[in-house]
Amino acid sequence: MSNSIRKWIFVLIVPLLVFGILGSVGGGAGHGVALQSANVNFDDKASMQRGAKYFQNYCSGCHSLRFSRFNRVAKDIGLNAENGFSEDDVKTLINENLIFIRDAEGKKVKTGSLMKTAYNSKAAAQAFGASVPDLSLVGRSRGADWIYSYLNGFYLDPSRPTGMNNTVFKDVGMPHVLGNLQGWQTLEHSEGGEHGVPKLTLSKPGSMTGAEYDKLTRDITNFLAYVSEPAQLSRKMYGIFTLLFLFVLFGFAYALSKEYWKDIH
Amino acid sequence: MAAYPRTTEATGVLGWIDERFPILETWKAHMSEYYAPKNFNVWYYFGVLAMLVLVIQIVSGIFLTMHYKPDSELAFASVEYIMRDVPGGWFIRYMHSTGASAFFIVVYFHMFRGLMYGSYKGKRELVWLIGMALYLALMAEAFMGYMLPWGQMSFWGAQVIINLFQTIPVVGDSLSVWIRGDFVISDPTLNRLFAFHVAAVPLILVALVFVHIVALHTVGSNNPDGIEIKALKDDKGVPLDGIPFHPYYTVHDIPAIVVFLMAFFAIIFFMPEMGGYFLEHANFEPANPLKTPVHIAPVWYFTPFYTILRAVTLSPFMGTLAMFGAIIMLFLLPWLDRNPIKSWRYRNTAHMLNLAIFAAVFMILGYLGVKPVTPELKELGVRMTEIYFLFFIVIFAHSNSEKVGRYLVWFLVLAAAIVAIDFYRANPEDAESYGQIWWQMIWPIAYLAMTLLLPFLMRGCNAEKAVPERVTS
Repeated sequence: MSNSIRKWIFVLIVPLLVFGILGSVGGGAGHGVALQSANVNFDDKASMQRGAKYFQNYCSGCHSLRFSRFNRVAKDIGLNAENGFSEDDVKTLINENLIFIRDAEGKKVKTGSLMKTAYNSKAAAQAFGASVPDLSLVGRSRGADWIYSYLNGFYLDPSRPTGMNNTVFKDVGMPHVLGNLQGWQTLEHSEGGEHGVPKLTLSKPGSMTGAEYDKLTRDITNFLAYVSEPAQLSRKMYGIFTLLFLFVLFGFAYALSKEYWKDIH
Repeated sequence: MAAYPRTTEATGVLGWIDERFPILETWKAHMSEYYAPKNFNVWYYFGVLAMLVLVIQIVSGIFLTMHYKPDSELAFASVEYIMRDVPGGWFIRYMHSTGASAFFIVVYFHMFRGLMYGSYKGKRELVWLIGMALYLALMAEAFMGYMLPWGQMSFWGAQVIINLFQTIPVVGDSLSVWIRGDFVISDPTLNRLFAFHVAAVPLILVALVFVHIVALHTVGSNNPDGIEIKALKDDKGVPLDGIPFHPYYTVHDIPAIVVFLMAFFAIIFFMPEMGGYFLEHANFEPANPLKTPVHIAPVWYFTPFYTILRAVTLSPFMGTLAMFGAIIMLFLLPWLDRNPIKSWRYRNTAHMLNLAIFAAVFMILGYLGVKPVTPELKELGVRMTEIYFLFFIVIFAHSNSEKVGRYLVWFLVLAAAIVAIDFYRANPEDAESYGQIWWQMIWPIAYLAMTLLLPFLMRGCNAEKAVPERVTS
């Protein structure tokens, strides 16, 4: 057998063995509940702005975003000079629409403050049996699809203290804060719906239509996914320039190497 | 005042330095007159890449240390502060987190290169041993670094690893308390791991890299043909198949470094979490000693050994021993593989299969380590662990290809040992795992058949080739 054929056998046998053995054993664990796709889009600044508004109005009473700052968020969701807002405009917008917390002296916090919550976590533990999590990183620890599925996954369950349960967060302590908007759902069957997504039906409509509510939860998801990693708005652009530079550099480096090696036989 | 005799031909600043420090001699010995074989292939890039990653880690690490707070109350928030408020902080952090995984990728390739071309043989035993010590130090460094963000996986991963020491009989309890500095993992644990991560272990790593290279340059580099190029020299004493490391390999390495950086930066800028393998999702939740995660998986580069730990269920201490034993076996390779031929190119087919299967088994062990345990996968983990250890016996059995009868004896002895262990651990009352044990026995038996029966039965698979005098392309 020639050496080059042996080399190919060596190279190919490794992946063949890995996939062959794993494939024949199978037995991967179940995937849990399938999630609905949130399709986040950070170019849709309007959606992120609505998401910030909904978050501050419906969620921030209990949930903090303790690693984010009001002015940074405002800038990143499009309230910036690029879109024609002066510094004073932005300050006013933030003060009027986003800041609802006060400092220890009772003054409204500054626009560069962290987005904490006024709610005391001990009180929360007493009321809901669990402390209220900070949501700065929920987009990374759980993922955007999970947030979207969670916000759409509340259903009536009389066995729970709040009367509500959730398809992706079993026995959740949080009440359905958006219930008046969405309405109240009941669980048809927990598995075997379309692509494993549990089937819920609206038993009592809320003030929004289904499409309106989906848009709202998608906006909140979009916002939280951004908050989990602000750098993602810009890092891809840096990546493209870095790779372009490296492609050019490779050309020179390769030519230099070729030039030196032409006298090695 | 009598002038010192001049000891250098160099003039100017260089001459001034060279009279006081052997800079030209060092340059010649390690660069311009260090003769490396001219037939290096792609596998030989991973050494320089490992050095590159070490530099990346040290530099990015220094910048992270400027903003990080080693305090169990502040650590998690300080990492998020780096990610959000420190200018360019996210870039530094992703360099460091991606660098950790990249380090293991290049080191695993680098080590497998050594396996393929027998680079631990022929006076290179010490190069291999120093390299293995480096690997061990690297694992310690990575483990302690993973603790620092103080996320859920940091905390519970540390819990698993430090509890391993608790399994040691008699001294285990006091040893683990001594390591933690507390009865539970807490602030003092984080503080000492930080000290080790940023000062002690990096010093050891750098020192070991230095002696690794000094030892290598003393014996000279191996090559894909496994030929000692120093055996044939021209009249100036230059190896016929050697070329000066500088400029030939320095310019040769630059395009490879650029290709590596393309992959490295593509990950940093486009997928820094690498699907949850480089940065685990659960580690974006702050450490909570009261909430055990449902599924604790170490970072991918530890998972092969984690699977071995989970596979040996005899007792927790035996599991720990098996895990550390898996690494110790690698240290012993130069004395297990006694075949005089270095490169797999001239060894028999059975040896080639042995290496390929070992690589595949290592990857499967790694895959199993990130998966939750099911009866099928648990048994597969046991079987792959068996093959992992059998590899070292088979490579010893392959030391002498002339005594074919010994292959059969080895096959019978090892297969009997596998079956005996199965009879010992099989429990008919546990129907599910009982069935799995018997059908998955096929893996180690097939492995032994391919590496020992095959060369016994087919002469072609046992044929070794003559090693040429001069290197091939």
